[in-house]
Amino acid sequence: MGCTMDDDNEVIIDVSTFDPHFRDEIAKEPGGEHIRRCFSCGTCTAGCPVGGVTEKYNPRRIIHMALLGMREQVLTSEFVWLCSVCYTCYERCPQDVRIPELMNAVRNIAVREGHVPRTFHLQLEKLRAHGRLYEIEDYENARRAEYDLPPIHEETAEVCQILDAMSAREKK
Amino acid sequence: MAGYALYLGCTVPVRGMNYEMAARKVAHRLGIQLTDVDGFSCCGFPAKPLDWKAGLLMAVRNLALAEAQGLDVLALCSACTGTLTEADYRLKGDPELRAWANERLADLGRTYNGTVRVRHFARVLYEEVGIEALREKITVSLGDFGFAQHYGCHYLKPSHLYDGFDDPENPQSLARLIEVTGARVVPYEDEGQCCGGGILGFDEETALSVTKQKLDHVAAVGADAMVLICPFCAIMYEANQRRVESLYATSYKLPVLYYPQILGLAMGFSPQEMGFKLNRVKPRGLMAAFRAESEGG
Repeated sequence: MGCTMDDDNEVIIDVSTFDPHFRDEIAKEPGGEHIRRCFSCGTCTAGCPVGGVTEKYNPRRIIHMALLGMREQVLTSEFVWLCSVCYTCYERCPQDVRIPELMNAVRNIAVREGHVPRTFHLQLEKLRAHGRLYEIEDYENARRAEYDLPPIHEETAEVCQILDAMSAREKK
Repeated sequence: MAGYALYLGCTVPVRGMNYEMAARKVAHRLGIQLTDVDGFSCCGFPAKPLDWKAGLLMAVRNLALAEAQGLDVLALCSACTGTLTEADYRLKGDPELRAWANERLADLGRTYNGTVRVRHFARVLYEEVGIEALREKITVSLGDFGFAQHYGCHYLKPSHLYDGFDDPENPQSLARLIEVTGARVVPYEDEGQCCGGGILGFDEETALSVTKQKLDHVAAVGADAMVLICPFCAIMYEANQRRVESLYATSYKLPVLYYPQILGLAMGFSPQEMGFKLNRVKPRGLMAAFRAESEGG
């Protein structure tokens, strides 16, 4: 990707907006502990199945942005949600940065600041209503019976209790 | 053979009933006792990106239900296996976190002491039943067929959760399980690649372009079917196959089978018993062979 004079304003980074403590904030978040080990070798990106099909997701770039302190850009980005959590990079990283867990830590911080992608809102609604991502009510149990499979009863009360406690933490 | 609580998760009991049918019948024939535990919910995988503690508690709650029955957990979904195993692993290594989780569980009238083992069905077949014992149960050879294996991600990785039972970079277990049916394992490019399912909800176009790569690689080697062990991988490769075909103006018509379905055929079950009616892309050659088999017999 070459840079022309025209896109300088988008490409040049303004260090005065950086948050030098962002790396520490991530390191304190479970999953993010090893962020400062990264030496930007790019092993993660080289084997990434998502990075292989789109430039939108590049784990080395995201980690580097986080280390620089580009807090706002990272937390409001789409790209932290593009990790497919396949753990390929987790196995290969020579510095044990544990990238999928690191991405999850960044996601958790982003969520606490109100950045929740729509798909996760929808999944949460399903979990609250059915205790699972796909409902199993009379229709589904009738289909299961056609194949001699036993009925399943949805469990929602305890799941809602767990999720309500989560929402309370988010609001703090 | 020890008994297990059958953990179905969200996807299998609704969108992978063929997997469930085959797994139950094969397990029964092999003497693996599966118990349905009332009250199991989602494993917690979808909650982790929002709040890891909520995800952890959902997982531990399920483990507590199995523990109360004195049962280990047998899961069919690889993501469920990973999530439940991770929760158990974290609590075992972190007494403070375990105390915190048990305080929260106490509000639900539950407790978890960490006595439950979590296993994927394929791992149980490979490790606990064992290839040689399986071989003794094979009555019909699938020698005329070649399958492309797909391990998926969470069955093997992160490997520290799985005691090194198989090598995440060069796995063997599914290949050995396929070969015991008499079938060939057909190698193809980039076998370890992810299905893309983890980002389907967030960015469908990107997810499906990941899916397409493997469909292309498998189509290139002319396997009779893809064989896999995770319901979400099946959603990507089978349920979304026509969508990929229309998006990219291509055609695969690639059958996608759950491993217990082919093991069951080799053990003498019929395609109907193994739920092939629910496979969207029919493995016509395989089904024709079994029709001939039953007519001939």
